[in-house]
Amino acid sequence: MAEKVLMKGNEALAEAAIMAGCRHYFGYPITPQTEVAAYMSKKMPKIGGTFLQAESEIAAINMVLGVASTGKRVMTSSSSPGISLKSEGLSYLAGCDLPALVVNVQRGGPGLGGIQPSQSDYFHATRGAGHGDFHMIVLAPSNVQEMVNLTFKGFDLADKYRMTSMILADGTMGQTMEPVLLEQGEITQYEKPWATTGTKMERPHNIVNSLFLKPEQLEVENFKRYERYKKIEETEALYDTYRMEDADVCVVAFGIGARVSHNAIDEARKAGIKAGMIRPITLWPFPKAALKEAADKVKAFISVELSMGQMIEDIELATRCAKPVMLCNRVGGMIPTVKNVYDSIVEADKIGGDK
Amino acid sequence: MTKSILLAGFGGQGILFSGKFLAYKGLIEGKEVSWLPSYGPEMRGGTCNCSVIISDTQIGSPIIANPDILVAMNLPSLDKFENDVVPGGQIYVDSTLIERKVQRDDVEVFYIPATKMASDNGIRTLANMIIMGNIIKHCDDIPHDNIDKAMAKVVSAKHQDLLGVNINAVELGYNY
Repeated sequence: MAEKVLMKGNEALAEAAIMAGCRHYFGYPITPQTEVAAYMSKKMPKIGGTFLQAESEIAAINMVLGVASTGKRVMTSSSSPGISLKSEGLSYLAGCDLPALVVNVQRGGPGLGGIQPSQSDYFHATRGAGHGDFHMIVLAPSNVQEMVNLTFKGFDLADKYRMTSMILADGTMGQTMEPVLLEQGEITQYEKPWATTGTKMERPHNIVNSLFLKPEQLEVENFKRYERYKKIEETEALYDTYRMEDADVCVVAFGIGARVSHNAIDEARKAGIKAGMIRPITLWPFPKAALKEAADKVKAFISVELSMGQMIEDIELATRCAKPVMLCNRVGGMIPTVKNVYDSIVEADKIGGDK
Repeated sequence: MTKSILLAGFGGQGILFSGKFLAYKGLIEGKEVSWLPSYGPEMRGGTCNCSVIISDTQIGSPIIANPDILVAMNLPSLDKFENDVVPGGQIYVDSTLIERKVQRDDVEVFYIPATKMASDNGIRTLANMIIMGNIIKHCDDIPHDNIDKAMAKVVSAKHQDLLGVNINAVELGYNY
């Protein structure tokens, strides 16, 4: 069995991508995800892979599109402002039904914002990554081990459903060092009969394209894509729970927000308040069923986030507004403290009303 | 047992490195550990800090609001973090670089002239490791074991020749 090693989230993620069979990385440096690119630049040349620092984020995502067309595992990574630049490419990847892994180690925004941790690209990742009707699978790691495991998962789901998986991390997850076990089971090999790998004069040309000028045909493409999305929503939602058995107050948090909430819930329990947490691991698909079930049992929800309440909509939709949803947030690179979350739990316990 | 340790000083004093040493030592001893650096402009010549948590149980947040142990290797760090230390906690001060005394009387304080000791012993860049040695001396949860093993993990392959002097620096601090 492999031994646990101490690694930074960004580096662990990069190593996991290599282990998952990714041999092509295109990117452009930006704090706080630069270690991903730096790691790839050291490793890829030694294993016959490609590391290419593109002239811009836009170029990088289009290089990803090129490699993805051949069916090879490929990735890019950036942080919030750079991800905005990639938006066009994300839409084209969706329009071409191509698998790829895109990593966003978020920092404060909008605009150039700052370089400290944030989760304010939640809407971008879960709703509007680019123009047109499409989704990405959005995975939110909450510790360094998940930076590894969700990278494996992200590549797998991308291949399985021919779509982009996004790792939506934050600066803290990228920069923190924790022990990790770099181990994965067997990699599932998916047939890719659509890949543009040369016909060898044995089959018709494969064409990767997102242009459909006949509206009837484009409509069919969209319908087909949403059939797949429906299946993903039904089968791929992931979440974790903490002390939810008898909880009156349910914290919903992911990434660093979940880590802070973990401590706050322990504090609340010590003070006799029954608090628990549902931690979405996939933000799209959002774990609606788990939230809906919890809504029957708890008094109130608290969305703990490093953004201006972006996740509240998903909680309210999932629970059909059955219970109040409060917000506990810090933004701009600030992180909610254990006390911030604890105070919100106390508040929610008071105003939550009857179960 | 959960010990949260905040190490703070100037960029270049080896703050992040000494934090890694403690984290790896914890990992080798079967503990849960986390290591979180400050990053960005403050790393480049300004003040720099790093949060290390060593615990018997799963670690929640890697962010430390109130450390059990503060290592202050410059005055701005002591000024900034002195009041955050939990009552009954420990503060380690590099007394070569910080002339003032700690104001609080509800914490244990250890003054170590680490920068001078390092200089006197011809290991000028290792004041950080001298202080690590002194923590090992005074903190029961960070035992005087596995120093060589942890050091071998954190000293890069390129600099393995510096393994011995790093270990010596820890011992110097331990025996102070």
